[in-house]
Amino acid sequence: MERDWDKCTKCKLCIRECTYGAHGWDEKRETLTEDHSKCVGCHRCEATCPTGAILIKRHPTQFREHDTWKPWFIKNVYKQADTGGVLLAATGCAVPFRNYWDHLVLDACQVTNPPIDPLREPMELRTYLGPKPDKVEVVLENDQYHLKHKLGPWIKLEVPIMFAAMSYGAISLHVHQGLARAAKDLGTLYNTGEGGLHASLYEYGSNTIVQCASGRFGLHVDYLNAGVAIEIKIGQGAKPGIGGHLPGEKVTDEISKTRMIPVGSDAISPAPHHDIYSIEDLRGLIYALKEATEYKKLVFVKIAAVHNAPAIASGIVRAGADVVVLDGLRGGTGAAPTMFRDYVGIPIELALAAVDERLRQEGIRNQASLVVSGGIRCSADVVKAIALGADAVYIGTPALIAVGCTMCGRCFTGKCPWGIATNNPELIKRLDPETAYEKIYNLVHGWAHEIQELLGAMGLNSIESLRGNRDKLRAVGLNEVELRILGVKHAGE
Amino acid sequence: MEIFIPNKEISGCGLSGVINRKGELIKGEVIIESICCQMERGNGLGAGYAAYGIYPEFADHYCLHVMADSKHALKEVEEILARKCYLAHQEKIPTRPVPGIVSPPRFYRYFVKPRYEGDIREICEGTPDEDDYMVNLVMKINREIDGAYIISSGRNMGAFKGVGFPDQIAEFFRLEEYSAYIWTAHNRFPTNTPGWWGGAHPFTILDWSIVHNGEISSYGTNRRYLEMFGYHCTLLTDTEVVAYLLDLLIRRHTLPIELACMALAPPFWQEIDRMEEPERSVCTAIRAVYGGAMLNGPFAILFAYNGGLVGLNDRVKLRPLVAAKKGDFYYMASEEAAIRSICPDPDEVWCPKAGEPVIVELEPNVIPNQRSYLRGEPLKISAPICRMPLSLEDEEED
Repeated sequence: MERDWDKCTKCKLCIRECTYGAHGWDEKRETLTEDHSKCVGCHRCEATCPTGAILIKRHPTQFREHDTWKPWFIKNVYKQADTGGVLLAATGCAVPFRNYWDHLVLDACQVTNPPIDPLREPMELRTYLGPKPDKVEVVLENDQYHLKHKLGPWIKLEVPIMFAAMSYGAISLHVHQGLARAAKDLGTLYNTGEGGLHASLYEYGSNTIVQCASGRFGLHVDYLNAGVAIEIKIGQGAKPGIGGHLPGEKVTDEISKTRMIPVGSDAISPAPHHDIYSIEDLRGLIYALKEATEYKKLVFVKIAAVHNAPAIASGIVRAGADVVVLDGLRGGTGAAPTMFRDYVGIPIELALAAVDERLRQEGIRNQASLVVSGGIRCSADVVKAIALGADAVYIGTPALIAVGCTMCGRCFTGKCPWGIATNNPELIKRLDPETAYEKIYNLVHGWAHEIQELLGAMGLNSIESLRGNRDKLRAVGLNEVELRILGVKHAGE
Repeated sequence: MEIFIPNKEISGCGLSGVINRKGELIKGEVIIESICCQMERGNGLGAGYAAYGIYPEFADHYCLHVMADSKHALKEVEEILARKCYLAHQEKIPTRPVPGIVSPPRFYRYFVKPRYEGDIREICEGTPDEDDYMVNLVMKINREIDGAYIISSGRNMGAFKGVGFPDQIAEFFRLEEYSAYIWTAHNRFPTNTPGWWGGAHPFTILDWSIVHNGEISSYGTNRRYLEMFGYHCTLLTDTEVVAYLLDLLIRRHTLPIELACMALAPPFWQEIDRMEEPERSVCTAIRAVYGGAMLNGPFAILFAYNGGLVGLNDRVKLRPLVAAKKGDFYYMASEEAAIRSICPDPDEVWCPKAGEPVIVELEPNVIPNQRSYLRGEPLKISAPICRMPLSLEDEEED
């Protein structure tokens, strides 16, 4: 923290804004103080300082340079030596593994296949989620074709971007309200996460996916019927193989009512669902949920991207899931053991390409939709994901960044100074639902325009002609194994 | 300084097609004249023709036109055919040397029927349909034999194509010696894909033949969609997918031909949203289920089968297509001039709207093995024979 004393008026706003206690007041000297060790780099004080007196900069390393023993590892050793605990982290994987989105470039039209101008021509992003039959059968009656069989239920998305599962508890009600309203106006869906559905959000049911996670918090038949789809969360990209934990101090009155647990009690989602130890068990749950909702709701099954994701996804489709959700290594989280966040799972690009290919080889790709998440950062990532084979994507972290998240990575403390990942009544007020709605809506609206522009440049006027169209992708700087898994040619080919 | 102002739109590839609804035979010179009128639309790197009704003496047999680079490749094809088919007749396709056509491949034709017994019984399982059997056989030969391709596999029809201008290819294959009740022709200006003998149009599977002007931007999606149904694209060009999509949607999925055309060039969602039921449900289902079959990018296509000729534009009409009618004759081409060169005074001439198919079927029972797909009932002939665009009928009333 650097403070420009010429600008500082000692208004003490920084003290109130910092939830981590990095700013202080020295009564004797009547001046502001800083405790650099408490600063998490959230930039809240810098952004709110009325005179622009504060500058947050990365602390210069105090360690001797070493390529193996980087400061991160040294500090972690110190921390664990002090506490004997598990290292905890939030947000997505922080290890600079190769990001495949950044090694994929898109094609564009030139002379004989003219690009299409989205400002003048219709450009369609509408997507229907849900299982599709191999063929459409019609009958002719009164000189009009009628469907021989009723199809669906399907979910109509006006943009192929949905908001990923983030529970009430992990994020504030205001963010949920913003997400729900934005989803409604954008013609897409948001996901309750495993925190149940707050009473005020039932009105957004037609834009809601309700989640059934291993903790089954807030799960009752009205909840299941409240949305248009139910997501069974088997795994999460940021922490494959482990459950979730909402600390008791975050369980307030409202959260207690919504999650149906006592105030102040820890909400622990087990690593497995204790009624699912096989694919047959999963099938049992899928159909139990369908029975409970009279086959009117789609059932999503979300897994973390792991080595054998294609085989698992095939099993999930055959078990009756309507949508398979793959969540990759870089998926966000409010809290995960650091080792899990950084080193468990695989990048979504590889998992997506492999799963789409496997489902096609087995001839069952049309029996379920494929949604991916975990590391989508911009509209071009969305386009690349769809070209690799996804029907739609989930975004979580970008939606939070849109409302102010600075990726300081301390969500699990409940002290989010931006009012996002917190239930502290005072902090919640820092982000009102109206602002959250506007920012989230604007983000996706902007991305949708960019997707339309990219489609038009590729000579496509409908998103379905991009789905699985790997010919539109070329790789730069990938090796043959990566090219084979991704199913794309190298640039220049 | 003289400024060159082209008096002709140079948009690449020319198409022409003609059908006589009563099944009267049309001489080869007619279609040759029509496609040669559009010489500017090609660059000598490909031309081809499809003719229906040219093998009446073997009308019940599939006629395989084989293009082979070498004797060895041809021998391999023949070995497979000997095991998989009953062979009624085989011969070299008559050709003549033509200046400008250098080192053409070998062309043979085989009149065959599927063999269902003996040591090949196992491959018939799951494909009791003769047409499916032949599709699998064509895919097998085109994928597995290096340097040999089956370029045509329908009954009582054949495709003739190669690298050259339309007049050269017609002369090479002696097409003036053939007469057909449906002809289609193509003059190629390749851009994205190589100009080679296999890549010339028409592309065919069974009796489906397709000629195409444009580029299929959705090729990658279409190809991967087709792979799920056992079709493999081997001819290095985007048009190939259209032939297979027609076979899949119309023959195998028994979609009425106009709904199949809707799957290929569907209405925009905003149009669908304005439709009344049940049309809206049908269109929504077609788009949602056949999203992988939708053809995106600019195209004008003519496709023919044993019973009809269809013209179809992409849904924003980025390529030209003109249709005309004169008595029992229907004409479709890239340019009106190409039609008027062989039919100077048509009864009607119109430009089909974007995505609106022009479907012309033969009158019932005028040829052997006649097919009608107008209402999705293959091999049965239904009453309406020709579906003209509604707009044209409206204009007539005005």
